[in-house]
Amino acid sequence: MAARVTATSQAVEAVHRLVAKHGPVVFHQSGGCCDGSSPICLPEGEMPPGPNDVLLGDVAGASFYVDSEQYARWRSPSFLIDLSPGPAEGFSLSLPDAHFVTRTPTAQA
Amino acid sequence: MATVEKQATFATPGQPGSPVEVKARYENFIGGHWVAPIDGEYRENLTPATGQAICEVAHSGPGDIELALDAAHAARDAWGEASATERSKVLNAVADAIEENLEMLAVAESWENGKPVRETIAADVPLAADHFRYFASVIRGEEGSITELDKDTIAYHFREPLGVVGQIIPFNFPLLMAAWKIAPALAGGNCTVVKPASPTPWSILKFAELVADIVPEGVLNIVNGPGAETGRALASSKRIAKVAFTGETVTGRLIMGYAAQNLIPSTTELGGKSPNIFFADVMAQDDAFLDKAVEGLVLYAFNKGEVCTCPSRALIEASIYDEFMARVLARIEAIKQGNPLDPSTMIGPQVSKAQLEKVESYVEIGRDEGAEVLIGGERSNLGGELADGYYYKPTALKGTNDMRVFQEEIFGPVVAVTTFKDEREALQIANDTMYGLGAGVWSRDGSRAFRMGRAIKAGRVWTNCYHLYPAGAAFGGYKSSGVGRETHKMMLDHYTQTKNLLVSYDPKPLGFF
Repeated sequence: MAARVTATSQAVEAVHRLVAKHGPVVFHQSGGCCDGSSPICLPEGEMPPGPNDVLLGDVAGASFYVDSEQYARWRSPSFLIDLSPGPAEGFSLSLPDAHFVTRTPTAQA
Repeated sequence: MATVEKQATFATPGQPGSPVEVKARYENFIGGHWVAPIDGEYRENLTPATGQAICEVAHSGPGDIELALDAAHAARDAWGEASATERSKVLNAVADAIEENLEMLAVAESWENGKPVRETIAADVPLAADHFRYFASVIRGEEGSITELDKDTIAYHFREPLGVVGQIIPFNFPLLMAAWKIAPALAGGNCTVVKPASPTPWSILKFAELVADIVPEGVLNIVNGPGAETGRALASSKRIAKVAFTGETVTGRLIMGYAAQNLIPSTTELGGKSPNIFFADVMAQDDAFLDKAVEGLVLYAFNKGEVCTCPSRALIEASIYDEFMARVLARIEAIKQGNPLDPSTMIGPQVSKAQLEKVESYVEIGRDEGAEVLIGGERSNLGGELADGYYYKPTALKGTNDMRVFQEEIFGPVVAVTTFKDEREALQIANDTMYGLGAGVWSRDGSRAFRMGRAIKAGRVWTNCYHLYPAGAAFGGYKSSGVGRETHKMMLDHYTQTKNLLVSYDPKPLGFF
């Protein structure tokens, strides 16, 4: 079975850089509003996972969580974590010139 | 061709003939003055229309938030003690300044966000002004209460300000969402520190230039910077008495978590996936109402779909689907996309490249799930100087409510269309979502519209209309769409606290000791 969370090499490198600067980090997949489909990258411990968060896997050692209802409503997809230019919205950690995005590998991909 | 005289496209801000002056760089607005960020860092601020830089804005950190909090706390007592008359006068003067500079603010807002200037002229900016007027007026009518507990014992109830509040603004209506938050905070006697969204840090600074001499120093402070540093420093500060946020769900959870840790209240608005429901009777006559209903569906493209209440799920009674959608698709086909500063432009670019990519990715996900692309489904290349802008064609996807494109907020000009067979099924589909911010019901049958409106689990149900945002109608979410209400005087409850004086006028002791 394919891993439920994978990451591009750029995303992996970004995680390593952020860990070097901030210490361990985790991801929470967001939903809704302006930047809703983004993975929010946080220092570990900033938002402890709750009873309704599902641990889907990891990105370069950083745990990746998603809200269980959201995950079900999204039909339990696989996630590919990538980088995109520009500032992060929300409170996500990001590089100066790029932030994390969630992509969904399509059937053709 | 139409013979109506075409209005000229507004000159680009900063260019000769533009109503908007642009400085090369903008500092933070703190204590009524322009204050450079402590670390001296700035970031380029791009327009989505062409991908080119508008100006530089401060890239602040936690130290700059502390400076803003210092200024706000210094101003807190005087503003909190100012009479309702004085506060009302300031809010009305802010509204006047907005109205006197409507075109300037509308062009700045359009150029920074990408929304068509005809929307900012007709909606965003006038609504922002009216918001200040609304809260200027309602505080004049506020009264405390007195309860006679017995003939010698009286409970007085006063509304007192919270003090200093933190407010975090989204990118989709940079000025209007700021007005939604700033007006009630100031009306309630609070000072505020505002953190604009990273993609849209500038138009609110043009607003600050206008009101710098109107709002007392330190009452309104604006600090730009990355959410992870600046926003976090503000939201988690022990020096704020309340935090308000509009944005995505994970940061909403964070905000509520910080508020819990500091034992302060929070209000959050976290998005939606709003159903817009069309019953068969809308087609009972071919009249103005039918025309209004067709437009009501196409309103998903308003502000290029970057609206938390975007009517992004259209539910159409199966018996009228073909005929109704034919009219809708013709209307979508006629949407003119282009330079947001062209007054004839109906849809501009998405706010950022990242948003454009997200929209594109969701349409791909929809295709992959088996949704049918009825129209659009690709980027627009408008050529010329707009070739590098972030334009996406207005798109309609047909599918079923269990598809991901029906469940997640795309925040772009994409409507997911499905059919229902009766009222019961319409309601079931409408409520089958995590969110509950807005909804629309279209019917000539008032009783049915009322039943549906009461049964839909959403904070606002537009009935035979959509996308109206008047001050005086409460706005806020059910379910995962957030906690709290805006745009109504009940919001003063979120920005004040009750002081009870319990007074005995009886000279006799209790007699216990």
